[in-house]
Amino acid sequence: MNGLSSSLFLPAIVFLPLIASIIAFLVGRNRLQGRINMLFALLQFLLVILTTVLFLSEQSYQSSRYVIGGWGAPLGIDLVVDGFSILMIALTGLLTLLISAYSTSYFSEQFSSEQKGLRFWPLWWLLIAGLNALFVSGDAFNIYVCLEIIGLSAAALVAIQGTRAALEAALRYLLVGLLGSLFYLLAIAILYRTHGTLDLMQIAASADNGLPDKVAMILIAIGLLLKIALFPLHFWLPQAHANAPTPVSAILSALVVKASLYVLIKFWFDILGETTTFGASQVLGALGGAAILYGSWSAFRATQLKVLIAYSTVAQLGYIFLLFPLSKYAVGGSSFSGSASQAAIYFIVAHACAKAAMFLSAGNLILSQGNGEIAQLKGIATREPLNVLVFAIAGISLIGLPPSAGFIAKWLLLTTSIESGQWWWVIVVIAGGLFGAMYLFKVLGLAFTSGTVDTGQGNKQPREHVSGVMTAVAMILAIITLALGFNAEFILNISNPIVEASSV
Amino acid sequence: MTSELLYMIAGLGLFSIGLSGVLIAGHVMRKILALNVMGVGIFMFLIALARKSESVFDPVPHAMVLTGIVIAVAGTALALNLMVRIHNIDETELERTRQESAKPEKIEL
Repeated sequence: MNGLSSSLFLPAIVFLPLIASIIAFLVGRNRLQGRINMLFALLQFLLVILTTVLFLSEQSYQSSRYVIGGWGAPLGIDLVVDGFSILMIALTGLLTLLISAYSTSYFSEQFSSEQKGLRFWPLWWLLIAGLNALFVSGDAFNIYVCLEIIGLSAAALVAIQGTRAALEAALRYLLVGLLGSLFYLLAIAILYRTHGTLDLMQIAASADNGLPDKVAMILIAIGLLLKIALFPLHFWLPQAHANAPTPVSAILSALVVKASLYVLIKFWFDILGETTTFGASQVLGALGGAAILYGSWSAFRATQLKVLIAYSTVAQLGYIFLLFPLSKYAVGGSSFSGSASQAAIYFIVAHACAKAAMFLSAGNLILSQGNGEIAQLKGIATREPLNVLVFAIAGISLIGLPPSAGFIAKWLLLTTSIESGQWWWVIVVIAGGLFGAMYLFKVLGLAFTSGTVDTGQGNKQPREHVSGVMTAVAMILAIITLALGFNAEFILNISNPIVEASSV
Repeated sequence: MTSELLYMIAGLGLFSIGLSGVLIAGHVMRKILALNVMGVGIFMFLIALARKSESVFDPVPHAMVLTGIVIAVAGTALALNLMVRIHNIDETELERTRQESAKPEKIEL
């Protein structure tokens, strides 16, 4: 088949956002800025759809390689897609389109100064370029560069608000990101010394479970766990995600943490799969369990709406880490396969859509209410019924109630933990669901309580109704979250043959 | 012990010194510097492993170091910029509280 590997789709996925970034920078204050960016978002989405269709039409979802400049693996850099990465690319394309549409409205003169939009768009496209490049990259050092592009542009995006809290959160986020990347870079240096190549598949082929491989895996795990914000290393996440502008919060929670997770999953199960042990997987699973409980509890105690959602991200990331012990044990310690991997990938997709919907609707509620205090949300359901509905649907998915994507994801997690005989994870998953219900119903309960808060309402005039586009985008994401619940098989089938596709 | 190995161990030493700096240092400026020390440690490691023999060099680690330096410059610049902005906000805040606390005294005089 000469589908993806010979066409220019894969490099175009990386280059289109880069071009968009430069043009957004050049266009500057022009009034056409919003339209040009929408055009690029549409183009990008079209490209991603074509690539996905092309990938799916190829036989048995084999991984495709594109050799840049015709140099080939040891010297040149290859672009590689398999089932997992094509899902991430499709997800990025979809969220880019929707959040771009949201941002044209969010950064219009009605809601913010023109200055912020001016800073937002070039950084936004740079972030998307970094994400896309990461998902198609087949080269260990190239992944480092992508991680840094993502980290730098994400930190700058957090700082856009310009308040002291936002700047401080951005600085901490940046320093943590740089630290994590340096750990990863040292691991790559060690791998290059041992294997003499940077190509992921060649490293995987010659990995022999020696001491250098083990050290490299530990360094990669430390570095990426910092960036993913797994429980004890989550300290930077809530402030960074809560102080960013709403579209940035959405993409940070939905995709940016998942990018590091994607790299970790690749190394842990595919490339250095032999170095990981049952014990190490159990440790990651235990940290994930702790993240679920601690994140949910902190979300329950939060007083700011966006902080609550950010802590919910900490908790939801914990679920994905349950996959590490489950898949290790379920298939006789071979590699990332079977239903545990399906559950994890499905969870990533489900959480990305639900969390983006939740952040966007929360942003609308905050705009409508004039501040982000949860206590001030009393009775908002009568004024913003659609946005509260979106928040509720996203919440249902996060808790894991049917019919939603989150329900299927949790169901898969539960069945795999029972099948693999590790019943203790079942308790964690169910307890996490209860905690999730606690903090989300706290918000919903307030929203549906009649009457308004008296304190300080007199001088604070609530803003006019949120623009239709912003509500519509949040609504579309909520509908997708529900639709994923009815259409799970499609995604499960794409993610299933990942082992055949990426094992050399 | 070959000289390459010595340089590699020194590079790892720099990495550890930088890491302890990042974890312990109180001021942000020190943390940024410590991150740079960590980076330099890795670069030294890479350059040392690039030497295959007396006159044969592997160009790939050199390319990695060059790219790494560019990234380190970008990261450091952004971090310093954010640090200075936070400092400026604090300064104006301090100035304002100072003026406010100065006002009542004048009235009393």
